[in-house]
Amino acid sequence: MIEMKNVYKKYPNGVVAINGLNIKINQGEFVYIVGPSGAGKSTFIKMMYREEKATSGEIFVNGMNLSTLKNKEVPYLRRQIGVVFQDFKLLPRLNVYENVAFALEVIEENPSKIRKRVMDVLDLVGLKSKVRMFPDELSGGEQQRVSIARSIINVPKVVIADEPTGNLDPDTSWEIMKLFEEINARGTTIIMATHNREIVNNMRRRVIAIEGGLIVRDEHGGDYGYEI
Amino acid sequence: MKSSTVGRHIRESVKSIGRNGWMTFASVSAVTVTLLLVGVFMVIMMNLNKVADDLENDVEIKVLIDLQADATAEETLQQQIKGMPGVESIKYSSKEHELNGLIKDFGDDLSLFKQSNPLRNVLYVKAENPQQTAKVAKKIDALDNTYEVLYGKGKIEKLFHFLNVSRNVGIVLIIALLLTATFLISNTIKITITARRKEIEIMKLVGATNWFVRIPFVLEGMWLGLLGSIIPMTAVSILYAQLHKAVAPRLQGEIFQILDVMPFIFEIDLLILLMGVVIGVWGSFMSVRKFLKV
Repeated sequence: MIEMKNVYKKYPNGVVAINGLNIKINQGEFVYIVGPSGAGKSTFIKMMYREEKATSGEIFVNGMNLSTLKNKEVPYLRRQIGVVFQDFKLLPRLNVYENVAFALEVIEENPSKIRKRVMDVLDLVGLKSKVRMFPDELSGGEQQRVSIARSIINVPKVVIADEPTGNLDPDTSWEIMKLFEEINARGTTIIMATHNREIVNNMRRRVIAIEGGLIVRDEHGGDYGYEI
Repeated sequence: MKSSTVGRHIRESVKSIGRNGWMTFASVSAVTVTLLLVGVFMVIMMNLNKVADDLENDVEIKVLIDLQADATAEETLQQQIKGMPGVESIKYSSKEHELNGLIKDFGDDLSLFKQSNPLRNVLYVKAENPQQTAKVAKKIDALDNTYEVLYGKGKIEKLFHFLNVSRNVGIVLIIALLLTATFLISNTIKITITARRKEIEIMKLVGATNWFVRIPFVLEGMWLGLLGSIIPMTAVSILYAQLHKAVAPRLQGEIFQILDVMPFIFEIDLLILLMGVVIGVWGSFMSVRKFLKV
């Protein structure tokens, strides 16, 4: 499903972010990526959807070899991956409906299918009643729901989330986590970088700890592990 | 590409024009001012060129034929000149014809000379390339039965030099203006695009292809170019029509004329429109490039 073999990533400024990393994540798994800031979590995640390219080593996602993938093929990789960000990355001038439909429009989906799909997904994230509202009229949790709706609208096999609860209060974070759990229950792989100890410790899943560009711990049903 | 996508691109690009009101205004003003300058300059340049051509085409070589030459000798000379490379046309004019011309220009007093005509038979020769006149004249001078070869020596060299210099200066100025315009527009569109950086980033992240991202911006650049060329086209058309009305009658009968309003204005307008579109498209194309690397 997702596999990394001996992956290195060195940035042009000389920083080695990933230092010979090996990992295998199966379809349908729910994985937390934990580790201190600057450990390489973001680089690890960005390499999966080719925002960053590995300096050496091989990365496979859904059977595609990312090290040999041509730049013009990257859009087709990304259509199989949903991405959720800490800062939501919604378009402020589009309303809820348009923000979600946007992801289908840009991949040239049939207009007749867009409406139904968008409404279905908004129903799933519980925002069906707020389709006409703009991002600045929504709470943080609602905005993150919109961004999750956008990430799953293509029915991707993998959803990658980079600290999706980083900007949210504890209660809202739990609601968002329940949503991810629901998506995972439909067979979608979830890979989530997080600093949220409470969530990791209470919703036990596979935990991968990254430090200094290497995996230092990989356990199923593990805990957050870092003491403050 | 699907037709629904084409529609979306067009809608998006038009929407963006309205949405970025002030930026649109800035871009369009930049295009307008530059194209206006370029347009006015082109009108001046092309008319100068026309005047230069007219003047050049008026330059001809006057070959005075030797008095000893009989009809056959004159015929041979004509054939020889006609056969020369670089000669466009040749016209024979008898001395009677020449005198009549003088009488017409200077009055009947000259009729006295009809008794004993002091003039010579003349050949008027035109060079294919007016700038080669001096060369052709020299060659004719070397032939038999020529008394004198006249072509405004010294004067036409100066005229040609002046025309060549002014042509080159004009071309350099037009190119410089166009480059400045492209730079201005490309910069303005860059600001428009920078404001929409987030949008491009999200488009790329959800799997839009580069062309999908690029086309609305390129279209927007095209609209800006089109909008920016409206005022210059109208202004240049009206101004030239007025100018032509005022100047053309005064040049009646002169050896040089300015260009007729039609089809000249049509050509100029088309050129302005084309430049506006090319500048807009190219400018936005260049600007969007670096934002696609997400």
